[in-house]
Amino acid sequence: MANTAEERAFVEFERVQKSYDGETLVVKDLNLSMPKGEFLTMLGPSGSGKTTCLMMLAGFETATHGDIRLDGKEINNIPPHKRGIGMVFQNYALFPHMTVNENLAFPLEIRKLGKADREAKVRRALEMVQMGEFGARRIAQLSGGQQQRIALARALVFDPSLVLMDEPLGALDKQLREHMQFEIKRIADDLDITVVYVTHDQTEALTMSDRVAVFDDGRIQQLAPPDQLYEEPENSFVAQFIGENNTLEGVVQEIRDGLALVRLDNGEVIDTTPVNVSEVGERTKVSIRPERVEFDKERLGSEAHTLKAEVLEFIYMGDIFRTRLRVAGNEDFIVKTRNAVNQTRLEPGQQIEIGWLPEDCRALDA
Amino acid sequence: MEKTGIKVINDESSAEAVAKLRAMDEAGNVTWDLVDVVAADAIRLCDEGLAMEIDHDEVLAKAPDGTPASKDFGDLIVSQCFIPQIVYSTTFGYRTDLVGDKKPTSVCAVFDTKTWPGKRSLEKRPINNMEWALICDGVAKDEVYDVLATPEGQERALKKLDTIKDDVIWWSAGADTPQLLADGEIVMGSTYNGRLFSVIEEQKQPVAMLWDAQVFDLDGWIVPAGLSPERKARVMDYLKFATDTQRLADQAKYISYGPARKSSAPLVGKHADLGIDMAPHMPTDPNNAKNTFLYNYEFWADYRDDIDAKFQAWLAK
Amino acid sequence: MSETIGSGPVLAADGTPLKRSLQRSLRLQKLRALLLIAPLLAFILITFIAPIADMLFRSVENEIVSETLPQTVKLLDADGPSAPIVPGNETFSALYVDLYVAVKNKEHTRLGSRLNYEQTGVSSLFRKSGRRVRRLDVEIYKNQFLDVDPAWGEVTTWLTLMEDAKVHKALPQTMWAFSAWLDDVIEDGDKPEEEKLEDYIFVALYNDLSAVSDKAVSRDLINKTASAVGGFETVDFKSAFAKFDKDWHNEDVWKTLRVYSPPYTEGYFLNAVDLQKEFEGYSVRPENERIYGTLFMRTLFMSLIITGCAILLGYPIAWLMSNRPMREANLLMIMVLLPFWTSLLVRTSAWKVMLQQQGVINDTLVWLNIIDEAGRLVLINNQFGTIVAMTHILLPFMVLPLYSVMRTIPVSYTRAAKSLGATNWTAFWRVYFPLSVPGIGAGSILVFILSIGYYITPEIVGGTSGTFISNRIAYHISSSLNWGLAAALGSILLLVVLLLYWVYDRIVGIDNVKLGG
Repeated sequence: MANTAEERAFVEFERVQKSYDGETLVVKDLNLSMPKGEFLTMLGPSGSGKTTCLMMLAGFETATHGDIRLDGKEINNIPPHKRGIGMVFQNYALFPHMTVNENLAFPLEIRKLGKADREAKVRRALEMVQMGEFGARRIAQLSGGQQQRIALARALVFDPSLVLMDEPLGALDKQLREHMQFEIKRIADDLDITVVYVTHDQTEALTMSDRVAVFDDGRIQQLAPPDQLYEEPENSFVAQFIGENNTLEGVVQEIRDGLALVRLDNGEVIDTTPVNVSEVGERTKVSIRPERVEFDKERLGSEAHTLKAEVLEFIYMGDIFRTRLRVAGNEDFIVKTRNAVNQTRLEPGQQIEIGWLPEDCRALDA
Repeated sequence: MEKTGIKVINDESSAEAVAKLRAMDEAGNVTWDLVDVVAADAIRLCDEGLAMEIDHDEVLAKAPDGTPASKDFGDLIVSQCFIPQIVYSTTFGYRTDLVGDKKPTSVCAVFDTKTWPGKRSLEKRPINNMEWALICDGVAKDEVYDVLATPEGQERALKKLDTIKDDVIWWSAGADTPQLLADGEIVMGSTYNGRLFSVIEEQKQPVAMLWDAQVFDLDGWIVPAGLSPERKARVMDYLKFATDTQRLADQAKYISYGPARKSSAPLVGKHADLGIDMAPHMPTDPNNAKNTFLYNYEFWADYRDDIDAKFQAWLAK
Repeated sequence: MSETIGSGPVLAADGTPLKRSLQRSLRLQKLRALLLIAPLLAFILITFIAPIADMLFRSVENEIVSETLPQTVKLLDADGPSAPIVPGNETFSALYVDLYVAVKNKEHTRLGSRLNYEQTGVSSLFRKSGRRVRRLDVEIYKNQFLDVDPAWGEVTTWLTLMEDAKVHKALPQTMWAFSAWLDDVIEDGDKPEEEKLEDYIFVALYNDLSAVSDKAVSRDLINKTASAVGGFETVDFKSAFAKFDKDWHNEDVWKTLRVYSPPYTEGYFLNAVDLQKEFEGYSVRPENERIYGTLFMRTLFMSLIITGCAILLGYPIAWLMSNRPMREANLLMIMVLLPFWTSLLVRTSAWKVMLQQQGVINDTLVWLNIIDEAGRLVLINNQFGTIVAMTHILLPFMVLPLYSVMRTIPVSYTRAAKSLGATNWTAFWRVYFPLSVPGIGAGSILVFILSIGYYITPEIVGGTSGTFISNRIAYHISSSLNWGLAAALGSILLLVVLLLYWVYDRIVGIDNVKLGG
């Protein structure tokens, strides 16, 4: 059954299931394959099974059913210390009773490297994360960001082919987090390592990853590159979870020419792109990104459907304006507009008409 | 205490009566009204002024025939502060099923591990043990204390005890030996005669009394010095009742300790529950008292510190 | 604060008022904090610090000799090194006065017991002499003084003399003897004027007047009497005491009195380390009386073993508890704490039933044919029994701190170690174990210090080879009443604990002790 694509896969989950109590499945029928050198992020809310998948890959949890393969080898029965996978933990798990150098030398000592080798590798790893002069420090003497770098260096110092990161930036403040996202990405690219990254922060997932696997309810809901994930969500969960999203509910009235006519619950009819609706009469959730909503009629085609809307709130956010509208009974309908020259600033209470291109409006599962 | 209307609070620490009374006295707050002590402690408390001197004839009831209390108790009043209640003895009991066909009749059986192999229990202090050791080492009974007063005599006693050291379980609570006998842990052991009585007659264990070279001692009341007149009056009232001829005879219904009054002796009857005659079980019964010692208060007051140091050093060796 | 701000930029630049107001507010905070802990502080002072201070004091305190025999001790102190050991009649005469007063106050037997710790026989010497001293006829002194001046027979004369500070200085023994009599009379609720002066007071008066010639008191009565005492007929107290008991002429008794006459003594401490203080100097106790050194060493050694056993047994339990789900951990915790809910005596007695030769373990081994009837093991009344029972009793004190430290060690540390290539053992030994050391430290200190002072369990199951120093301390507290020696032993124990604590701090560091998070 092995075809060429699978042979090239570096990490592979096949029909993997996991249950802790024998009654409910935390991971349901997981299939995933990633090539060498990829940066893959597992994204999802807590309890979605993403961390469990990571732990199974690391060897700290065993799969209840199915195979996990690393570089073509089944690793289900290989203990974690023989898998050769580097790992960065959520709280870094740096050994507090050792210095930075000792932490970094730990995996090398276990691999019985000579002293000179060890020192060279430790120095190189520290320099890679720009922490060259911190080697003699104790862990408690480092700031959160510095600890993060050391944790990264430690996971990489023994040249693993695969590195797992379990929400490594969760404890950092926003600015540092954004900086570290860039840093990690840079190092991963430089070293050309394969990374599986777990996070519940979608911005992090979108900015860093080659591909993102969105987890929910123990399944991968969508596995795609960031742009595709954002622009073409395959179901309403992904649409809701990734980025901001407006939802209108209704029933499919007609499907033709790649378009679906949806009658909203208040009777109005709009054009949508059918994604996972196939039958007339099916209930659907229609999803439109806030930045794709237009209220300037000139920018919409003449054939476009428009909806009446009332401005409820206008928020000035610097680079953008954020306007909350009441649309088809939905009072949380958001429109984002760029703070450009001559941009209209809507007033609360104002009655307007809004519209969008059918390809920006996706009819998803209810 | 229906008759007297006095509330009795038991404090199970009269074994440490001297220490506690001394501490109470130092703290200036004596909480006890009446203390049950052995004679040696009574003497010491009296000497130190911690116990009240008592006019026995005035405080205590006369015998039914009119004999004054001091005569009725006789020379058991070993201290002016002491109101004797019972005569008890420290003696040996042995397991009838473990000693074989030859029953031990002499205290020296304790030192004869060839004829009667097995463990014995002895009290973890030199008093009594040193005397027994000397007797069984051939010292005449009336010379025991002269010998024991010399360092050589003390050495000699310890040397004798050394021959059975590995076979001895040392006890510090009176209940230990009866338990050890009942469990079959020991072949023979010393304890208070009343304890052995309950093992034999009440618990029906295969145990018998040895009686030979039993050491008599007294137990009784002292009243702490410095009680308020009101407290004192109450205590004296109680004492008069509790130590009259009938009451002292009555306590022998429960345990085989001899009443301290001569006039009580004829009144000793049968055991309250078992219905057996108590007289033959008394340590003072002529059949039991063929060879006895009386605790030598004077000697041990002087030699206890010294001999105890040597005894403990020997134990620890 | 307001004045600092209100006084404008000058003071702000100066800075001092700000500092002062800061200090004031800090002082208020400190005061408030002190108030909050005041009840506890008072409690600890009363129930902990004060008894310890009292113990330390008792271990050197020896005032009983100089308080009971003040006049005798004064004369003994005045003796030069070449003076004969057994003193002359003058000192015996003072001893008579001392002893007479002591007997009145019932203090002489207590002193006898005290000195009997050092010299066997003193106890009965004092008791016997106490009885005889009251019967000794010394009336001639009184009669002769009355012959010189009948005023000596009047209590009022004495009461006047009492008020003169110079007389106190000139006739110290007399005034002391008279006040003892006076106190006694007043205590009995009698009027001094109506009571008869006791004879011993006149012995004291004679002693004072005959001792030094120049009295420098401007009182005719005294001056007149002082010149007359030279011709007085006296009692030979030295022979009288010898008749009480020939031991009064025994040099050993007087050596003991001389050695222990100062109000403070190192004698108790010397005894506590198997030395003794003799008239000739310090010496080692005879071999057949040495015991405390052995007991101290044994106590330390066995406490170490018990601590070691508690670590070995407690560590896996604590580890299991901290690595199981809450429900299982709680169940284990209850099992660990169960011994706490049973009386110490019951637990120890239960071990007796388990370990004795006719006990459960031996019975089982015999039943399984592992040993035969004759080969029953001796598991109790020795060191083994003590170690088993005490390890069991003290185990919770090891498990609890261990558990609370282990609970705070995140599972990710071990996982990190494993992901870095460490085997289970390496991960444990290099990462988990060092992180749990503070728990071991805390548990060890607790268990060690508790076991070093343990008393009941060794007493019940220790036999002769498994008893601790605390058993001897208890003996001296409750039986021999040698509280000074008990206090000295206790102080040494306290010192040893502090010393070990210091050593521990130097080696492991006290920061490395954690009772929890």
